[in-house]
Amino acid sequence: MSNQSSGIFNWVNDRLPIKNTYERHLSKHPVPKKVNFWYLFGALALVVLIIQIVSGIWLMFGYENTEEGAFASVEYIMRDVDYGWVVRYMHTTGASMFFAVVYLHMFRGLMYGSYHKPRELVWIFGMTIYLVMMAEGFLGYVLPYGQMSYWGAQVIISLFGAIPFIGESLELWVRGDYYISGATISRFFALHVVALPLILIALVFMHLVALHEVGAGNPEGVDIEKYVDEDGVPLDSVPFFPYKILNALVAIGIFGIVFSIIMFFFPEGGGYMLELANFEEANPLSTPDHIAPVWYYSPYYAMLRAIPDKLGGLIVMGAAIAILFVVPWLDRSKAASIRYKGNLSKIAMVIFVLSWLMLAWLGTMPVTALRTTLSQIGTVFYFLFFLLMPIYTSIEKSKPVPDRL
Amino acid sequence: MEEKLNTRRKVLIGMTAAVGAAGVPFAAVPFLSAWNPSAKAKAVGAPVKVDISKIQVGQKIQVAWRKQPVFVIRHSPEALENLSKIEEKLDDPRSINVDEPYRDINPTRSTSKEFTVIAGVCTHLGCSPKYYPEMEPQPWDEAWIGGFFCPCHGSMFDIVGRVFKAVPAPTNLKVPPHNFKGNILTIGEDQEII
Repeated sequence: MSNQSSGIFNWVNDRLPIKNTYERHLSKHPVPKKVNFWYLFGALALVVLIIQIVSGIWLMFGYENTEEGAFASVEYIMRDVDYGWVVRYMHTTGASMFFAVVYLHMFRGLMYGSYHKPRELVWIFGMTIYLVMMAEGFLGYVLPYGQMSYWGAQVIISLFGAIPFIGESLELWVRGDYYISGATISRFFALHVVALPLILIALVFMHLVALHEVGAGNPEGVDIEKYVDEDGVPLDSVPFFPYKILNALVAIGIFGIVFSIIMFFFPEGGGYMLELANFEEANPLSTPDHIAPVWYYSPYYAMLRAIPDKLGGLIVMGAAIAILFVVPWLDRSKAASIRYKGNLSKIAMVIFVLSWLMLAWLGTMPVTALRTTLSQIGTVFYFLFFLLMPIYTSIEKSKPVPDRL
Repeated sequence: MEEKLNTRRKVLIGMTAAVGAAGVPFAAVPFLSAWNPSAKAKAVGAPVKVDISKIQVGQKIQVAWRKQPVFVIRHSPEALENLSKIEEKLDDPRSINVDEPYRDINPTRSTSKEFTVIAGVCTHLGCSPKYYPEMEPQPWDEAWIGGFFCPCHGSMFDIVGRVFKAVPAPTNLKVPPHNFKGNILTIGEDQEII
């Protein structure tokens, strides 16, 4: 019997490189032997992606993409479908957790210089994934057609109107109507469930292929490729199986507990993950008193509001994301990791994190004169972190990076 | 001979690629056009009629036209007199920067001497501004002179929808085409030219 099954395996393996691929990318894939918990968020992001795809497919069974039916169909999923509320809250919690792990993953990258040569492309694919995720999250938020779906979409689509000359016709083209109607919902639905997920999966694939080509980094910023054994395997590496898969499984277990606590007990996240105004059906005639984005967009929203000019606000918000793409070329430091960089880099990193958190808080609050000033200060520091990076990373003295991990 | 053939091959490949590339924009037309408002969406947009006799002085009512809010406000003579005094606070008091259908006819910006008809859609990012007619200190402005405040991004407009200086909104609130016949205001239909 076992002979027969291995016969089948060999037959397939001769025609499809299962064993090779498995060994190269999983079981024997060399990973740095000393990394810390910051290196687990990539794997967690992959887990959330799977959760989102599965729960998303299940939501589609009950969702109706029409102006009249969208809101009611979400209520139907919540109330009438057996365990429909679990599926929906899994998807909404998943959206927030996706951004949470990706933000931590990106911060890890900034901290330990994961974008340093030769990992520039890994970083760029990652940033593109983040960009597509933002679009995906926005489109998904519009689908229930609640008050916040409507007015959030109204604001975001109106951003296109800031583009000179073609702005207003572009706005109309994106909406496909004179207001956010069933036409808008059905196209957003198609993009949210088919087009962007396909792009996202392709990008994740490229991110991983590029990563496996150059190898994972480590918190010391040591190049482990320098010392290899006779087979070309780095001396400071261990195979993924069983050393790293076990770490990842523990992390996934802990993550699952956190995820479940939020999903079962705090699915609204205090109004930051699911806004209370969205429990009311869209009303194109009345804007809620306070419009705020969900927490994962709020730093950029605070920047948009900080600029007292329509086009200027759009440009600043776009630039805040765009500048992340060029970080590999802004950092001139010889050391990749913050551990061996100079004090200027450390101070800059602290100011950057504080201003990002301040902007995230401001983006969720109503406008006042003081908060607008604070948002402007936060925006300036956010940009200075990147714009001055070529200067402070080249004038500071970094500590010598060790040879071995 | 070999070299000549190679050149020939390159030219042929180049030309074929160029023809193929020229076809891309043509192939894109149906895909891009399908995103335009459909014939059905365009057909909705019939004018709406409102009886304005019941509106009190100082009151604002809201009418839906093309599923978008339109504000109709009845002003007191005193309020209208004040309009010229606040011009230094405004970015564009004469509505030069917008497509204004009834410019300089009345201080109300409409074809009526006491009613203002404006689209209730902020020219910044499309929220619907709120009406705060009283002249009293507000959290967003200590010296509030009455008008519209947009809750989304803090843009301010006066009581006829003219934008303040140094706010995110770039232009005055739009005036939709309208006409008055006795007590009936029709929004979405222009004044007949006599």
